[in-house]
Amino acid sequence: MADQAGQQPVPAPARPVRDGLMLGLAVGTSGLAFGAAAVSSGLTAVQACVLSLLAYTGASQFALAGVVAAGGSLVAGAASAVLLGSRNALYGLRLAGLLQVRGPARLLAAHGVIDESTAIALAQPDGASARAGFRATFASLYLSWNLTTAIGALGAGRLGSPQSIGLDVIGPAAFLALIWPQLRAGWTERGVGLLGAVIALAATPFCPPGVPVILAASAALAGALADGTGGGPAAPAGGLP
Amino acid sequence: MTGTWIAVLATAGGCYALKLAGLTVPQRLLARPLPRRFAELVPVALLAALAAVQTLASGQALHADPARLAGMAAAVAALLARAPFLAVIVTAAGTAAALRALGLG
Repeated sequence: MADQAGQQPVPAPARPVRDGLMLGLAVGTSGLAFGAAAVSSGLTAVQACVLSLLAYTGASQFALAGVVAAGGSLVAGAASAVLLGSRNALYGLRLAGLLQVRGPARLLAAHGVIDESTAIALAQPDGASARAGFRATFASLYLSWNLTTAIGALGAGRLGSPQSIGLDVIGPAAFLALIWPQLRAGWTERGVGLLGAVIALAATPFCPPGVPVILAASAALAGALADGTGGGPAAPAGGLP
Repeated sequence: MTGTWIAVLATAGGCYALKLAGLTVPQRLLARPLPRRFAELVPVALLAALAAVQTLASGQALHADPARLAGMAAAVAALLARAPFLAVIVTAAGTAAALRALGLG
């Protein structure tokens, strides 16, 4: 890649940086909804902003606000919010080898491990692009999420509907686009993606929001076991005799 | 109010600790085939689940918003046509926005 530098108008990390910046800015605007929801559920505007600054993981933040709104136990609220954050630990397992961070840099990078930054990093062809994409997504999403949380918490959330310009479709479309190369890579990946989606949808009516996505991790376990037993991706362990 | 602050700070601390824990797990534990394959497949499972839930659920109710479904269909079409990432999400959002502007969403 280095020897093409003279000819190539766009250096390799430019694309992950551009993709990450745009995704972060767009998805981060949902902080508007969080800020508004948090304040109407009884948190103060400062508490809403502190959550976005320090917890910085949407599902957990919405969960805590939801429990506060329902007048539920604060211990249970904090516990369920932290449980919902466990998917970021699973992302970290995969990202550790890619990001190659140590010491203080790891303490900072850890804060940025969420759905979008993971998705951008894993969609890149090499480590340098993955790191560039991760940093760009973290920076822009962090900025956008915290800024719009403050605006939403201060009551400007009713200025316009993010749905009218299709912002609600950007999240799911981005996740699909970012795992697309992996879905093309093999039958195990396609099976795991499909099974994960089915598990989450089936669990949705029975679990609080956020939990169905964590349950979908069992699809990854099934996929790893299916590969490991050598039975081939199409024959999961314990399948037909 | 003090109780709420404790819950806010406990949530923040717990969420950060989990993020850090994932990055800190010794890589040699992931050297064995099964854990390594699991860690590789987890993002596929979780991100596919997120895409499905964000498309087809609102809260605990399964419900298909026509404009959102059309946006996702447009995203799939763009992906099959090998469009770059930004073109895919602009196509998806633009399709949903256009249908809503026409009153079809």
